[in-house]
Amino acid sequence: MYSEKVIDHFTNPRNVGEIENASGVGTVGNAKCGDIMRIYFDIDENQVIRDVKFKTFGCGAAVATSSMATELVKGKTVNEALEVTNKAVMEALDGLPPVKVHCSLLAEQAIHAALWDYAEKNGIVIEGLEKPVTDIGETVEEEEY
Amino acid sequence: MKKVIYLDNAATTKVNEEVLKEMLPYFTEVYSNPSAVYSFAAEGKKAVMEARNQVASVIGAKPEEIYFTGGGSESDNWALKAAAEAYAEKGRHIITTKIEHHAILHTCEYLENKGFEITYLDVDSDGRISLEELEKAIRPDTILVSVMTANNEIGTVEPIAEIGRIAHEKGTLFHTDAVQAYGHIPINVDDMNIDMLSASGHKFNGPKGIGVMYIRKGIKIRSFIHGGAQERGRRAGTSNVPGIVGIGKAAALADKTMNERIKKEVKLRDYLISRIENEIPYAKLNGHRTDRLPNNVNFCFRFIEGESLLILLDQQGICASSGSACTSGSLDPSHVLLAIGLPHEIAHGSLRLTLSDETTKEEIDFVVDELKKIVERLRSMSPLYEDFLKNNAK
Repeated sequence: MYSEKVIDHFTNPRNVGEIENASGVGTVGNAKCGDIMRIYFDIDENQVIRDVKFKTFGCGAAVATSSMATELVKGKTVNEALEVTNKAVMEALDGLPPVKVHCSLLAEQAIHAALWDYAEKNGIVIEGLEKPVTDIGETVEEEEY
Repeated sequence: MKKVIYLDNAATTKVNEEVLKEMLPYFTEVYSNPSAVYSFAAEGKKAVMEARNQVASVIGAKPEEIYFTGGGSESDNWALKAAAEAYAEKGRHIITTKIEHHAILHTCEYLENKGFEITYLDVDSDGRISLEELEKAIRPDTILVSVMTANNEIGTVEPIAEIGRIAHEKGTLFHTDAVQAYGHIPINVDDMNIDMLSASGHKFNGPKGIGVMYIRKGIKIRSFIHGGAQERGRRAGTSNVPGIVGIGKAAALADKTMNERIKKEVKLRDYLISRIENEIPYAKLNGHRTDRLPNNVNFCFRFIEGESLLILLDQQGICASSGSACTSGSLDPSHVLLAIGLPHEIAHGSLRLTLSDETTKEEIDFVVDELKKIVERLRSMSPLYEDFLKNNAK
């Protein structure tokens, strides 16, 4: 079902984790649908993404696209990162099954959400960046088992 | 290939060696069409009769009440569609549950489009229907109650005998989808007031592509597959003799070993459940704790998603299944898990492990050890778990 690259990025995901006091954090997806991605950026004064981390709740493709998306934006400028599309993520993973294409869209949205957060925090406008739809849905309900 | 630990026996089972041995001559030696007149056909005819006896005896039915079909889904389709057609003059109302297999639910949708009205009974958090609600739901125009004997995902066993009794008191037919239960737990069509029953060969170590439909004598269900006069004219098509011989032998073996197998599987099942409950936090058992299939274990692990879990288990050679959206091909997780009241995000993290009589304690120990690591690993990369920990720290 999955390409070798997808399995590789799922099994050995790059850049998993959190960044404290991140320059930008974006969370997208919806637990109801089974996918949530959160991307953290550490961006320097030249608007270069120095470090990037992610956390993802979701299927193999969700994790793999998050991993690949972080690899593709790492070391890039904010404007270059904006050009990383879901297609680029998919191509870099040697493709995804049709039902999993939405995972790559989620990865693109997660990047945009983190960039948006960075822009807001710094009071700047990133040309071409639209306010992302986060659609986080409901937060996890606290339930006792 | 590395060692495979197969814990997906609710999906399908291995054909028993004895069953295979019994089947083989019917491919190349006794390949005659049992409907033929010449004496070469007699042996095949005899084998089919013997299989019919074997299959009937497991559920206390008469051999002439057993019809061989192409599988469980065909039996379910037949039961519902043909009963609807045969009794449409009496009424157009059918009662079923929200946790049936899709072979029932999608057939019900089809019938709804044909003008039938379907009541889908709720289940409680263990997956059991309420007998009071069933009683209230039966109307003068109700023609059929169809409730599964045991659920394929969460293993819960329904109170079939009582359901059948209520259906009969109210003068309506009772069908049960026993695909997961036949050959696994005791069923008696008379004691349980069952009018129609579906079963499938490959769920109890028989071959795939062969199923059974039990129809109580006197029930006016018509043919579903039209054609020749096979199966007393009710199910046309050249008899699948090797399949029939296989399902007969598998039924006989399942019946013979049932008590012993139940004891063994229940012990191992409960050991697996207790290890998971004791060693993996935020895990919830789905389905009834005791009224469940002897080989079924189903858990939800919070903060993680089922498909990820399956891939990582697969990398350790462990075959399991999940009710997550990603494994169902839609955005919604399993309808069964939603029906027992689980929120979507928790239902996405379900794992079903179904044992066989060949499953060993060593395998179970290996699976739990790996599962612990995998759940921990997936949680460490889950934003839901991160949020949960941060909220708890506050």
